Amino acid sequence: MIHSPGTVLRTEHLDVVLGGIRILEDVSIAVHPGEVVAFLGANGSGKSTLVRAALGVIPPAGGRVTLFDEPLGRATPWNRIGYVPQRMPASTGVPTTACEVVRAGLLSRHRFRRGSKSEALEALGAMGMADRAFQPVQQMSGGQQQRVLIARALVRRPDLLVLDEPTTGIDLGTIATFIETIDAMRQAGTAVVVVLHETEAFATMLDRAVVLRHGRVVHDGAPPPARAEHAGPLHEHAHPHADPARPAGMLDLGVIGGQS
Amino acid sequence: MIDLLSSPLMQRALLAALMVGATAPVIGTFLVQRRLALLGDGIGHIALTGVAAGWLAGALAGLATPDAWALPGAMIVAVLGAVGIEWVRGKGQITGDVAMAILFYGGIAGGVLLIKIAGGTSANLMTYLFGSIATVSYTDLIWTAALAGLVLLVGLGLRGVLFAVSHDEEFARASGLPVTLLTMMLAALAALTVTVSMRVVGLLLVSALMIVPVATAQVIAKSFARTMALASVIGVVVSVAGLALTYWYDLPPGATIVVLAIVLYAIVTLVQSRRRHPDTSIDPHPDLDDDVRLLPVE
Ligand SMILES: Nc1ncnc2c1ncn2[C@@H]1O[C@H](COP(=O)(O)OP(=O)(O)OP(=O)(O)O)[C@@H](O)[C@H]1O
Ligand SMILES: [Mg+2]
Repeated sequence: MIHSPGTVLRTEHLDVVLGGIRILEDVSIAVHPGEVVAFLGANGSGKSTLVRAALGVIPPAGGRVTLFDEPLGRATPWNRIGYVPQRMPASTGVPTTACEVVRAGLLSRHRFRRGSKSEALEALGAMGMADRAFQPVQQMSGGQQQRVLIARALVRRPDLLVLDEPTTGIDLGTIATFIETIDAMRQAGTAVVVVLHETEAFATMLDRAVVLRHGRVVHDGAPPPARAEHAGPLHEHAHPHADPARPAGMLDLGVIGGQS
Repeated sequence: MIDLLSSPLMQRALLAALMVGATAPVIGTFLVQRRLALLGDGIGHIALTGVAAGWLAGALAGLATPDAWALPGAMIVAVLGAVGIEWVRGKGQITGDVAMAILFYGGIAGGVLLIKIAGGTSANLMTYLFGSIATVSYTDLIWTAALAGLVLLVGLGLRGVLFAVSHDEEFARASGLPVTLLTMMLAALAALTVTVSMRVVGLLLVSALMIVPVATAQVIAKSFARTMALASVIGVVVSVAGLALTYWYDLPPGATIVVLAIVLYAIVTLVQSRRRHPDTSIDPHPDLDDDVRLLPVE
């Protein structure tokens, strides 16, 4: 794994305007090699927009984005970045197997050749989807589709993994395997940026949390404290919000007002 | 059968149908996946303006046969129109279906208007609207082969990246793929496909040959690659069979091919839904007593 001395992801005074509305304002963040950073905030606070602008999916209205110390564009080392969007694009009707989706994960500006079947099968295996590799994704449940999207990001063996709510709709058993995979990558030096609503699954590995509110960074520092009872094997996960006084996995900073 | 293949005219027509039938569904598969099934239709309409523009240019240049430039005209205008529509869509200024509607109307109106100015009549446009495969010349055949070959070469050669942008544009952008360029290229390929298919099925039905075989294939196939391959085979079968029918019966070739494709689609869909939902009205064990009995409601 290559360790660049600088940052893997940096935004400087990033502004994003969509449909005439300012969605992000003056966002400056930096992610360093091997770091695990959570993006937190209420629905609509701009987490996905920040991720999409940082990866060049939408153009910034102002400010600057650098990936691996290169400005976003021609010189960006795309093959070092793995991205898991918030959801699978709406079904198109043309049957597409999980294997076909994952093989497309190896394409980048610098590589127009798809990944091999065995590379795809390995990544699908890491997400417990090897036996469904040749099933159309259109016939899969939402959680299974999400696992395919994660496999598509993993197949690149990225140095920066960007995950937009990767655990939404995924059962606890798969989350556990997924966390193991991410943890192994982190230990090998991969930086991870993860958009979350519930931080507990990632609690043990989070280095930092960035909290957004109405498109602005209102906190950049310590992650929410891991609660001992959540880590314990006997903890009952049936209802994470059972204690309304202290919802599971939320930051006690009083800054996430409006969280639904 | 022998006399069918011994006529040189029919030979050329069959070859053209075979090439078009194989090519159109390949591009159609990408279009269906991008949910732009109607793009081919929009391009077909705008190509009519191209036909008339080529005709006008031919008339102005004093060509002996004013329609000699109809095909190049259609090709140029179709490619420009298709790339233009992608460009407008990419800018997000206008939604896909509105842009498409404007192409539909503008294409037809422009064609009728230009052909009149060129000294022709709307009747001259009919052969382009409904196809005229019976008059395929040797030169036409060479053109068809060259364009179909080009479309297949680029479409299949770049199928990995074209699949990626068609399946998930957001992920493709986050991979640094030149998404805008690739979608424009796909639109240009669709425009070329429309132009080559024009002689076989006509501009009004061109899109059917791109889309209906894909719709049929995706009922059966379980992967993108198989859908594309099967659609291409179906395209060849219906094109060649439809054309052969017109040799024995006095039928319009383009419409026959398209109706054949739709009939095949209906049959496949019907058979498939039968297989998915076994008919419960048939008692599998008539010799055994039912263990559940439905009682009439009082
Ligand atoms: N294409 C768009 N055009 C206009 N506004 C948009 C667009 N996409 C997102 N927005 C707006 O930007 C704001 C931030 O959206 P974003 O998807 O970044 O939120 P989020 O923090 O990821 O929320 P969630 O937790 O629901 O995923 C929202 O108010 C949304 O309505
Ligand atoms: Mg989001």
